[in-house]
Amino acid sequence: MDEPLVRWDWIARNWDNGGPTSVKVLLENHIVMAFVPVIAGLLIAIPLGLACARYRWLYQPTVGIMNVVYSLPSLALFSILLSVTGLTQTTVIIPLTLFSLAVLIPAVVDGMRSVPDHVRQSAVAMGFQPMRRLTRVELPIAVPVVLAGLRVAAVSSISLVSVGALIGQGGLGYLFIDGWQRQFYTPIVVGIVLVVALALVADLVIIAAQRLLTPWARRRA
Amino acid sequence: MITFDGVTKRYADGTVAVDDLSLEVPDGAITVFVGPSGCGKTTSLRMINRMIDPTEGRVLLDGKDVTTVDPATLRRGIGYVIQQAGLFPHRRIVDNIATVPFLLGWDKKKARDRAMELLERVGLDPKMARRYPYQLSGGQQQRVGVARALAADPPVLLMDEPFSAVDPIVRASLQEELLRLQSELHKTIVFVTHDIDEAVKLGDTVAVLRVGGKLAQVAAPADLLSDPADDFVREFLGRDRGIRRLGFVPAKNLALDPAPEGVTPEGHGTFNPARDSLRAALDAALLSPDGLAVAVDDDGRVLGVVGQAALVGAARG
Amino acid sequence: MNWLIEFFGSAEYWSGDDAIPLRLLQHLEYSFLAFAIAALIAIPLGLLIGHTGRGAVIVVVSANAARALPTLGLLVLVVLLIGVGTLWPVLIPLIALAIPPILVNTYEGIRGADPDLRDAAYGMGLRGSQVLFRALLPVALPLILLGLRLSAITVVATATVAAYVGLGGLGRYIIDGLATKNYAEVFGGAVLVVLLALAVQTGFTLLNRVIVSPGVRQVR
Ligand SMILES: Nc1ncnc2c1ncn2[C@@H]1O[C@H](COP(=O)(O)OP(=O)(O)OP(=O)(O)O)[C@@H](O)[C@H]1O
Ligand SMILES: [Mg+2]
Repeated sequence: MDEPLVRWDWIARNWDNGGPTSVKVLLENHIVMAFVPVIAGLLIAIPLGLACARYRWLYQPTVGIMNVVYSLPSLALFSILLSVTGLTQTTVIIPLTLFSLAVLIPAVVDGMRSVPDHVRQSAVAMGFQPMRRLTRVELPIAVPVVLAGLRVAAVSSISLVSVGALIGQGGLGYLFIDGWQRQFYTPIVVGIVLVVALALVADLVIIAAQRLLTPWARRRA
Repeated sequence: MITFDGVTKRYADGTVAVDDLSLEVPDGAITVFVGPSGCGKTTSLRMINRMIDPTEGRVLLDGKDVTTVDPATLRRGIGYVIQQAGLFPHRRIVDNIATVPFLLGWDKKKARDRAMELLERVGLDPKMARRYPYQLSGGQQQRVGVARALAADPPVLLMDEPFSAVDPIVRASLQEELLRLQSELHKTIVFVTHDIDEAVKLGDTVAVLRVGGKLAQVAAPADLLSDPADDFVREFLGRDRGIRRLGFVPAKNLALDPAPEGVTPEGHGTFNPARDSLRAALDAALLSPDGLAVAVDDDGRVLGVVGQAALVGAARG
Repeated sequence: MNWLIEFFGSAEYWSGDDAIPLRLLQHLEYSFLAFAIAALIAIPLGLLIGHTGRGAVIVVVSANAARALPTLGLLVLVVLLIGVGTLWPVLIPLIALAIPPILVNTYEGIRGADPDLRDAAYGMGLRGSQVLFRALLPVALPLILLGLRLSAITVVATATVAAYVGLGGLGRYIIDGLATKNYAEVFGGAVLVVLLALAVQTGFTLLNRVIVSPGVRQVR
């Protein structure tokens, strides 16, 4: 094997070549398809998670459904949706939203459960209205647990988008298919590096957000 | 005997938790370390079983520097009870109690039998043996903690605020229980508390520490109450120190007057001169409408009476 | 429904290379091997860093980064590098995927154990490894099992990707069905994967009953 793992000139030529498969465009698509599901997932998971925390009977069925969702192969979901939504980003975004929910709903419920009972009681005793109590007392305490879930959801989502390449919508995943079909390492390595880098950046942003949002929880870790 | 010989503990961040402590803990008695929060009680205690090693000085157990002994071996010979009991949640009560015997390689049956015996000794129903810790109340868990510490019959027992997480009534009964056990077992007990009442109730000797880890005074409870060494100790003992000291003065030397006609134990406060303290006698007098404390014997027969003035005189010594 | 009847009713999927039992076994083989190797790496490592606290930050951060490794990319890269003669091309990406949940949960389980429990255990004279195995591990077990379960399910669901480079397993139905626009086949394959994942899930629930002490299960 004399083919090097990375041909730098390939990167230079393909970073921004004006076409639909230039690395820059793929990266942009990847970001959209990875983050829309996480944000949508968070927006849905907060009310659902709160409902599950409040009404205990909701919890078991929801967790059951989320466990099934979690075990669905992403590729299968993409393929089946392909017949409905066609070759659009939506085909990837919908399943990834479901996967995010499977991680985020339990995180919200656990977060609400992490609020110590005496804290909740004393908030009630001090006369907090339910809505204020939720936003001022309970959610802030739940933030670290929810954000831990968000880290997992974001990182997994970024990684899973690339599977979409098998149905023609995979952002950086296209580079894997391309490299495989041409037996050419460079796009594959570039794809992997960019996906991991993107995930690390997202992870660091969430960690930074957590530090800003919960200055009291700064641990000596 | 446990000896602290010029012991200083400085933590990595520079905090001096214990400062040049020298102290002898006598065998077969309860020695209480008492003092305000953060004064280094826990640190001192934990230097005995090497949960912490001193920065300077030595802790000797029967003349031997503990830092020369392997920590695990050392600890198996020293009972250890902490505030939250620290029971193993995954083990049944009987197996929790038998932890150290199992470690020491006792035969299973022997270890369990011993655990059952201790369960009863600390006043728990044998039916509790098969339960898990979460099925016990805080006070019951604490009793299990004591039983567990006693399991391998160690000569030394270290107790770090073992009763401070339970309510006052349960605490009082646990204290009684400990005194009763001690009267049978005669262990060398080092007991840490921040509660001066608990200290004078349980201690044969009380060591008062001040913040910064300095020893303020070591004395028997009665001497401590009558002769505080300095303002800090006086302050720490609290305002009703005089009354509490009476708890250590026996009532048997009181001069009794003959009971006036018609005075009966009913409607009067009573005390038993053979058993009770001057404090109980004074309390009895204060409870009686005519100010007379009625002395009774073990069978409840009236022995005589004593008035408030005579009691105050006796209290003055 | 029609898709299900079409798929499971077709004789084509009950014999020869495409037989469901065969594909299922292949799928189980990849998944189990990857999962077992991951567990053998992640559990001891998690116990070690949880107990000693050494290297925790680095390990946890890199575990999270490992979650980001795109399975498909890794798969094609490894195949190009070493060929398809062995199972390693599927195993390596799946192991990379399986390690993080086990590692992080094992670490958190041990580190998060009640400090009083740890203190009491040392105070009674348990040695370091005895404290770990007799006091901390039993208490951390529910969290460790949760990590194992999440990991196993992810592996089962993701092992489908192996079919893309010509390997077997249930992913074959999905990839082949996709290529021929045979959605019944895609759907049937997906259903099989989900059933397998549910079986794994049930297995872990039972395992939890058997090996987690009732005293610990109640507390959670
Ligand atoms: N690991 C540690 N590192 C740094 N400082 C410590 C550490 N442990 C204890 N300290 C400090 O040492 C001092 C004595 O602590 P110690 O726990 O012995 O107090 P204590 O008398 O038992 O208090 P309390 O009644 O609150 O239990 C305190 O100021 C405490 O903050
Ligand atoms: Mg203390």
